[in-house]
Amino acid sequence: MADRLLVGTRKGLFRIERNVNGRWEIAGNWFLGDPISMLLVESNTPRIHAAMDLGHFGVKLQRTENGGESWSEMPAPAYPEKPDEVEDKDPFRGLEIPWSTQMIWSLVAGAPDELWCGVIPGGLFHSTDSGDSWQLIRTLWDDPRRKKWMGGGYDFAGIHSILVDPRNAAHVTIGVSVGGVWTTWDRGAHWELIGSGLRSEYMPPDKAGDPLTQDPHRLVQCPASPDRLWMQHHNGIFVSEDGGVHWRELSDLPISSFGFTVAVNPNDPDTAWFVPAIKDEQRIPVDAKLVVSRTRDGGRNFDLLHQGLPDAPAYDLVYRHALGVSDDGEQLVFGSTTGSLWVSEDQGDHWLVISHHLPPILCVQFEG
Amino acid sequence: MPSLSFTSNLTRHTPCPDGEFEATTVADLFQCYFLRWPEVRGYVLDDQGTVRNHVIVLVDGRSLHDRQKLSDALTPNSEVFVFQALSGG
Repeated sequence: MADRLLVGTRKGLFRIERNVNGRWEIAGNWFLGDPISMLLVESNTPRIHAAMDLGHFGVKLQRTENGGESWSEMPAPAYPEKPDEVEDKDPFRGLEIPWSTQMIWSLVAGAPDELWCGVIPGGLFHSTDSGDSWQLIRTLWDDPRRKKWMGGGYDFAGIHSILVDPRNAAHVTIGVSVGGVWTTWDRGAHWELIGSGLRSEYMPPDKAGDPLTQDPHRLVQCPASPDRLWMQHHNGIFVSEDGGVHWRELSDLPISSFGFTVAVNPNDPDTAWFVPAIKDEQRIPVDAKLVVSRTRDGGRNFDLLHQGLPDAPAYDLVYRHALGVSDDGEQLVFGSTTGSLWVSEDQGDHWLVISHHLPPILCVQFEG
Repeated sequence: MPSLSFTSNLTRHTPCPDGEFEATTVADLFQCYFLRWPEVRGYVLDDQGTVRNHVIVLVDGRSLHDRQKLSDALTPNSEVFVFQALSGG
């Protein structure tokens, strides 16, 4: 059971701890005032990475080797010089795609000292020295199909989900908004666009099944059963039994099929959690009633969990990386755009509020 | 020699003391400064070496004309000042 967690917000990084009385409370903070777009707690080490999205001065990466006692600025993933003859424009709006990191949207550990980083505008970066240096995966960036990616929520496309196969760290699968699901079996030397069965209802009917037009809002993998993937898609919830090659859309979902986030129990591929919302025109809880939905049978049935969540009208939206699950699959935490943070010790049956007054929450992760 | 100084807002993130270097263009001046203080480069310029969208560079009180190549000419007494735009925060 975890006793600590980290929360990345629009205005800094916060540590939450369970105190001697068993209550969760804010125990520390770093980088107050600076947006923390992504964080990574490396398992079994005191190493933590925090990605900052400074409004004026660009994207930065900070790393601590001692659990937060001290931090060092590390190189941020950077694009190579763009050749003058290369034309790179958004396929629908004609805007020039910047070859410059605008936001770090995913940060994941692979083999020891190996990191993967996904950014807006659509670059995937690789490090083999724990973030001392980064290399753009050119095979993906230079793939002509990458130029057909389009922005989803942001001006340009971005990689928000990176799944490293626990059986084989060379097998990596990514989710792109908007650009579908891609996988490599050789650490990025070759890529395959996958995603049969996905459906994009925002596209013309003849394009709805095109894997390249899919908008996976969040993609997660069950470590105990790595072929099982869950996806909160822009217009539905999908599940895959073969690592993302084929997908099945769930039907008759309670409340709404829209949302941004999903978490899977690391030890049980059939148990997953979502935070439904009214679809893209509004992006608030349905009927202003904040709930978490949970399936324990692979998506056939869903429970709506609300004990401890607000009875009063609530307008909290939960972003892609703002729902976390502990390694044992018992604890959950989620934070909202209105700065509320809840934790559950029983897989979501009951929720305890930690704070209603944090800055807008962008990402969460349990420590240990 | 031309001088370069920075908004105090930047010192919150990284040391960036004032500096004076022999230079005939803003590009030269920045290059000299970043050789001495390499960590400052990424705060001022993006991955392509262009001045960041929400950073403003004043050369003798006037906005930098060439924000991509930084080719604006300097005199020996030029003062270059880097500060953050009110946009982008």
